[in-house]
Amino acid sequence: MLLIYCPYCEEERPELEFRHAGEAHIARPANIAEISDEEFERYFFIRSNPKGITFERWRHVHGCGRFFNAARDTVSDRFLATYKAGEPKPDLSGKGAKT
Amino acid sequence: MAEIARREPALEGRACQGQGISLSPAAPASRLSLRAPEASLAGLSQALSLDLPRRPKSSATKGPRAALWLGPDEWLVIDEEEADLAAICAAVPALHSAVDISHRNVGILVSGARAEEVLNSGCPQDLSSRAFPVGAASRTVFGKAEIVLWRTGEEAFRVECWRSFSDYVFSFLEAAARETS
Ligand SMILES: [Zn+2]
Repeated sequence: MLLIYCPYCEEERPELEFRHAGEAHIARPANIAEISDEEFERYFFIRSNPKGITFERWRHVHGCGRFFNAARDTVSDRFLATYKAGEPKPDLSGKGAKT
Repeated sequence: MAEIARREPALEGRACQGQGISLSPAAPASRLSLRAPEASLAGLSQALSLDLPRRPKSSATKGPRAALWLGPDEWLVIDEEEADLAAICAAVPALHSAVDISHRNVGILVSGARAEEVLNSGCPQDLSSRAFPVGAASRTVFGKAEIVLWRTGEEAFRVECWRSFSDYVFSFLEAAARETS
């Protein structure tokens, strides 16, 4: 079973306790009522879906309940880092990340 | 002729005794779902007369009362003498949310030399005493149900699950107790 490090529980826990929650670091436009339909579509629906390193939100739903962020390689399915919500993207150099 | 209504607990009469394993419903208890920020913990701890634990996967016990850390601002408080925990917290002016969930949960006591192994039939966490020592408590899963697991002794655990899941959880535990013995 895949183990995921929860930055709030401060330990690795089985994947069954977690739920994926979409792409991370998506900023909601401050002027959302003024943007065009196309801009809204880009913000609301369009996701990067890269092959390789992706930044995602995860939730420790059957654990501490917290949302946090993770850097994951979609090719190897390996978690490179997890970090608390609100923290910046971590430096992945030396983590075996392919760019 | 008066008919007297009798409240029947969800797991009334259920029990399982096997080689190295014992399953039984826990006695009724009062329970509180407590949410509070760091600044409120001193006041709440004082009112509850126990130190709300700050460390992940830990608990604090004082007499019949225990507080289990569920998240950075969330605790499950259990009182086996059925004290009115919500009323106790209502007297604390500091910001918090206290919801009485005494009847939402059912407690199941799992004990014996095979307790770890029987629980691991449905719970994916490492329950060895190194990773999950006496006093450890955590929300987790058991089969398809969400539970709160609390290690109360070297060979004793308390499972807390939602009342409507309790038949499923107890039956799963019974099957595991039979299967692996
Ligand atoms: Zn967690």
